[in-house]
Amino acid sequence: MATQESPPPGTSSAMRNAFGTVLSALILLLIGVLAFSIRLFSVIKYESVIHEFDPYFNYRVTQFLSKNGIYEFWNWFDDRTWYPLGRVIGGTVYPGLTLTAGTIWWALNAINIPLSVETVCVFTAPVFSAFASWATYLLTKEVKGSGAGLAAAALLAMVPSYISRSVAGSYDNEAVAIFALIFTFYLYIKTLNTGSLFYATLNALAYFYMVCSWGGYTFIINLIPMHVLLCIVTGRYSPRLYIAYAPLVVLGTLLAALVPVVGFNAVLTSEHFASFLVFIIIHVVALVYYIKGLLSPKMFKVAVTLVVSIGMVVCLIVVAVLVALVASSPTGGWSGRSLSLLDPTYASKYIPIIASVSEHQPPTWPSYFMDINVLAFLVPAGIIACFSPLSDASSFVVLYIVMSVYFSGVMVRLMLVLAPAACIMSGIALSQAFDVFTASIKYQLGRSSNSKDDAEDNTSTNNAPKDDSSSGKIDKGEEVAKERSSKKGKKKEREPADKPSVKSKIAKKRALVLPLEASIVALLLLIMLGAFYVIHCVWAAAEAYSAPSIVLTSQSRDGLHVFDDFRESYAWLSHNTDVDDKVASWWDYGYQTTAMANRTVIVDNNTWNNTHIATVGTAMSSPEKAAWEIFNSLDVKYVLVVFGGLIGYPSDDINKFLWMVRIGGGVFPHIKEADYLRDGNYRIDSEATPTMLNCLMYKLSYYRFVETDGKGYDRVRRTEIGKKNFKLTHFEEVFTSHHWMVRIYKLKPQKNRIRGKAKKLKLKTSSGLDSKPVKKNPWI
Amino acid sequence: MVKSTSKDAQDLFRSLHSAYSATPTNLKIIDLYVVFAVFTALIQVLYMALVGSFPFNSFLSGVLSCIGTAVLAVCLRIQVNKENKEFKDLAPERAFADFVLCNLVLHLVIINFLG
Repeated sequence: MATQESPPPGTSSAMRNAFGTVLSALILLLIGVLAFSIRLFSVIKYESVIHEFDPYFNYRVTQFLSKNGIYEFWNWFDDRTWYPLGRVIGGTVYPGLTLTAGTIWWALNAINIPLSVETVCVFTAPVFSAFASWATYLLTKEVKGSGAGLAAAALLAMVPSYISRSVAGSYDNEAVAIFALIFTFYLYIKTLNTGSLFYATLNALAYFYMVCSWGGYTFIINLIPMHVLLCIVTGRYSPRLYIAYAPLVVLGTLLAALVPVVGFNAVLTSEHFASFLVFIIIHVVALVYYIKGLLSPKMFKVAVTLVVSIGMVVCLIVVAVLVALVASSPTGGWSGRSLSLLDPTYASKYIPIIASVSEHQPPTWPSYFMDINVLAFLVPAGIIACFSPLSDASSFVVLYIVMSVYFSGVMVRLMLVLAPAACIMSGIALSQAFDVFTASIKYQLGRSSNSKDDAEDNTSTNNAPKDDSSSGKIDKGEEVAKERSSKKGKKKEREPADKPSVKSKIAKKRALVLPLEASIVALLLLIMLGAFYVIHCVWAAAEAYSAPSIVLTSQSRDGLHVFDDFRESYAWLSHNTDVDDKVASWWDYGYQTTAMANRTVIVDNNTWNNTHIATVGTAMSSPEKAAWEIFNSLDVKYVLVVFGGLIGYPSDDINKFLWMVRIGGGVFPHIKEADYLRDGNYRIDSEATPTMLNCLMYKLSYYRFVETDGKGYDRVRRTEIGKKNFKLTHFEEVFTSHHWMVRIYKLKPQKNRIRGKAKKLKLKTSSGLDSKPVKKNPWI
Repeated sequence: MVKSTSKDAQDLFRSLHSAYSATPTNLKIIDLYVVFAVFTALIQVLYMALVGSFPFNSFLSGVLSCIGTAVLAVCLRIQVNKENKEFKDLAPERAFADFVLCNLVLHLVIINFLG
C-alpha cells in the first residue's frame, strides 16, 4: 500500500521515517495494553466471573466443546433446555466466539499453560478489544493516514459503548464480532485501494469469520453493496471496485451458507438480496464501460438505444417475477429482527418478546453522550474532513457512520456498531485539527525567524501523517496513476514540483494559516478535550459497566454489602435436587440455571419458541391450581422466582410480570392484561385486583413476606403488599436465599386417595362446569 | 424506422466484431473461459428447473462455483489487461498467483458445501 520510494539511508528524512515507524509501533502497543486494562475493573472489584445471562450459555457451550471436541459440539442436541423440546445447539448458535475461545484454550494448554476454560472465557473480550483497536488503526490509516489511525485506535480503546459489551467477563458474541467487523471493513477498503485479488480473498475470509460470530453480519452484507452503489452512482466506478466487490459476493455467500445457523438463508432471505442486486448492477455497469472502451462514440450511442429498448422489457419481466415471489411471503422475506430494525414499531405490534428486551428499546439522548461522549460532536467535523478530498475509502466511512447512526437510533444495543464509526470519524477530525494547528505554529515560528524554506513545511490542508516525513520527498509520476484515483489525501506530495503548483501551494497554505496564539490555545483546548474524554471513559468503565449482575453490591453506613444470592441458590439447586429435575422460571434465568445449577429448564434466553414461553407466562399468571396443572404437564419439579422486595432490587419478576401477562395473553386469550391492572395502574397493594392477588407470581413472591418486618413493606414497589397472610396449597417452599432474592418452590405431589368429602364436592362442582372436561381434582 | 434500426444493429455488430478482434489472444482465452463458465451455470439452472432443487446445497455450490470462477477470471483479465493504467506495475505472474489462490479457496469451500 505505501508506495513511497524509500529515501536513501542516512538522510534526515529516512531517520524521521524510521523514528516515526518505531514510535507508532510503540504507541500501538500501548493502545493495546490500554484497551485490555481498562476492561479489567470488574475483575478487580469483584472477581474473575462471567457476567449477565447470555455469557453463561456461551460458557457452557465452550465447556462442552473443550470436554468433548469439535465433532460432538457440531452435532450437539441439548436436551437440558426447552424441555421437552430440546435445542439443536450445533444449528442454532453462532459458533465464532466459542470456537475462538476453545482454540485459545486448546493452544494454551498444548504449550503447557494450564488456564481454565473460565479464565479464557473471561479474558477473551479484553484481548479482542485490543485487536479491534489495532484493526481500527489499520482501517483509518487506509482512509486518511497513520496519524488519524493512531487517534482513532486510541479513541476506540476507551469508548464506553464498546467497553459496555466487552468488559472482562462479558463473554458474548460482540466481544469477537466487533473486531471481525472492523477487520472486514479494513480488508474491503484495502482491496478497494490496491485492487489486489489477494486482499479480496482475505476480505471474504474475514467476512466468513464475521458470519460465524454474530447475527449483525447482515450489516456488512448490506453496507458494502450500498457503498458500491454509491460509488457507481457518483461516477467513481473503477476496475478496483469490481475486484473489491464481485469476489466478495460469491465467496461470501458460499462461506455464509457454510455456517449452519445461516444455511440457505444466505440466498433466500431479503437481508441478502441487496448484495445480489448490486452484483447484477455492477456487472451491467462493467459491461457498459467495457463496450464503451471498445466502440467509437457514435456506435456506442446506437448500442445504448438498442440495448435500452430490449433491456427494459427484460428488466420489467424479472422485476415482476421477483416482486411476486417476495410478496408471497408474509413478511416480504425479512426476518422479524430485521423488520423491527427497519420499522421500529413492528416489534411492539407483532412480536412482544422482541419488544420486551430492554436492549431493543430506542436509546435516549443522554445515552449518546454517555456512550460516545466527546465523539458525538467530533463526528460532524470528521465527516467534513472526509470530504476534502473525497475518496472511495472516505465515502465508505461517511456511509458507515450515517447508517450506524440511524440503526443506533432504533435500538440501544446497536450503539455498539456506532462506536467504531464514531471513533474513526473523530480520529480523522482530531488528526486534521492537530495538523492545521501545528502547521500554523510551525509556519508562524518559521516566518518570524525569517526562514525562506517554504518547501520544507508540511501542508496545512490535507493530512500529512506525523510520522511521514513526506515534505522532503516529491515522488515521481508512477505513483500518480495509482494514487490519483484512490486519493489518499497525499495529493500535495504527488504533484511534481514545478513552479505554478508550488506557488499555489504557498498561496493555499497562507490562506489556511492561523495566528500563533490562537493555534496554541486551540491545541491546549484539544488536549484538555482528550483529557475529559479519558476521565469519562475510565469513570464509565469503573462505575457503570463493570457490574457482573450476578453479584450485587451496595454501600451502606456499615461498609460494603455483597449480595451473592444468585450463585447461592444455583449452588443449592445443584446440591439438593436430582440431576434430572426440571426447573421452571422466567426465561431470563434459563442460561444461568443450566450453566451453574446444571438442571434442565423449560425456557431460556434463546427465546426461540414463543408458545413455550407463553405457556410459562400463563402459568405464572394463573391461580395456583391452574398453574400446578400446567407445570405438572411439563414435568416441572421446582419453580424459581426472583424477588427484590426485601432489599430493593428492581429487576425482579414482579416488575417483569406484566410482560409475562402480555406474552402469555398473546397465545392464550383467557389471560387478559386488563384483569391485572386497577384503573390502568399496575399495583400489588390492597387496591390490586383479585386476579393479581391470586396469581402464582404474587403468591410465590410474597409467601411469608410479612414475617420479615411484620407489615410486608415492598421496597421496590414502595407499598405494603395487599394479601399478607396466605397459605400455599399446591407448592411448598424449599429454599429462600439470604436476602430473599431467589425463592425456590417445589410442586406438591398429588394425593394418593380422594377422600369421601371430595367425592361429594366433585359431584357438586362437576354439574356447574359445562364446557370444561371433568378432571380428577384431588385437592378439594 | 425498422430498416434503419436493423441497419444500425448490423453496423453495431460489425464494429463490435472488428473492435473485439483487436484484443490480444491471452485476453480472448480468458473471455472464452468466462463464457464457458457462465454457460455451465446456465445449464445447471436449466437442469434444476427440470429436476427440482433437492439437494439445494449441491445446486447452490455448483452454480456458485461456475459464477465464482467466471468472476475471478474477469478479475484476472482486468489485472492482466495492458490497457488498464491502474495495474501497470502489477506483474502478470502476481495476478495469476492471486487468481490461483482465490480459486483454491473457492473450490475448497465448494467441495465442503457440495455435500
